[in-house]
Amino acid sequence: MAHAQGQQHPIGIYLKIWGLLFVLSTASYLVDYFHFQGYLRWSLIVLFMLLKAGLIVAVFMHMIWERLALVYAILVPPLLLMVLLGIGTLDGDYTFLTRNVFFGATQHAPAQHAPAQHR
Amino acid sequence: MTTSGGSLPLPEGLQGFVADWSSDQRAFKGVPWGKAMMWIFLLSDTFIFSSFLIAYMWVRMSTTEPWPNPSEVFALTLWGKKIPLILIAIMTFVLISSSGTMAMAVKFGYEKNKKMTFILLLITAALGATFVGMQAFEWTKLIEEGVRPWGNPMGAAQFGAAFFMITGFHGTHVSIGVIFLIIVAIKVLRGDLDHERPGFLTGRKGNYEIVETMGLYWHFVDLVWVFIFAFFYLW
Repeated sequence: MAHAQGQQHPIGIYLKIWGLLFVLSTASYLVDYFHFQGYLRWSLIVLFMLLKAGLIVAVFMHMIWERLALVYAILVPPLLLMVLLGIGTLDGDYTFLTRNVFFGATQHAPAQHAPAQHR
Repeated sequence: MTTSGGSLPLPEGLQGFVADWSSDQRAFKGVPWGKAMMWIFLLSDTFIFSSFLIAYMWVRMSTTEPWPNPSEVFALTLWGKKIPLILIAIMTFVLISSSGTMAMAVKFGYEKNKKMTFILLLITAALGATFVGMQAFEWTKLIEEGVRPWGNPMGAAQFGAAFFMITGFHGTHVSIGVIFLIIVAIKVLRGDLDHERPGFLTGRKGNYEIVETMGLYWHFVDLVWVFIFAFFYLW
């Protein structure tokens, strides 16, 4: 037929990835269930998230079997989002700071004149 | 029948990348155009969802109010026990399972196994509909608890705006996907793809590649949920 070279792969690989995705989802749920906190929590969440996303794109969406021309066209442009992420982080932090300074100041209105021990 | 003769094998790897992109007529060799276009649409959708998630990050970082704890907000009481985030966990498993059945539907499609493709597409649609149903339940529960886009009793007002916007946009994608799946399933069952019957919208000949293109969309919806689950519900 016209397109005999479609993406055909043994069913086993899909079932294995399916199983892996279940394991990874359970793992990320357990991070919350066991109340992990701080950097341990965040690094585990991001690790499991990236592994799941990678497996879905690579196998379910057949990316590992595609030609590099398509792979790069799709996977490289989202890296630009890192810029937006960076801007968002800087500005979010700065906004938090200014809100604390100004809204905090209005709550303690006579702060300029009040002696230090009142704080 | 008028293919341009026995062409040379395409170069692989990085050399292939350069050769494909510098070649004439088409850069995406051996890929049906519908699939390439779906990928480009998904790329644009990636930017939309990423913008939502980064905006959510911004409001969460910049608010001086405490952010409601999702682990508690989305807890359900089952059999007299309060289980954190359980509904979201079940929704995650439902969506991953629908991705599994979708991947297998694509495989059976290329084998021209009409019955299995139809059944698997239908299971995928059913799981997708289940997901949307659970999301409707979750929205109802939160709205009853007083969560609104402009405020909520648990903490930072931005929580509701981020929640309704992000999960609402994702839920819309799932709903459209379910409709899309049912349409493709009917086409498979009727034999439109075997007989290359033209579609009602584009008039192009039907073939089993549309099942793969449909699959890309569906897996993308699952992919987005992976990020929402991590950043909105678990963070």
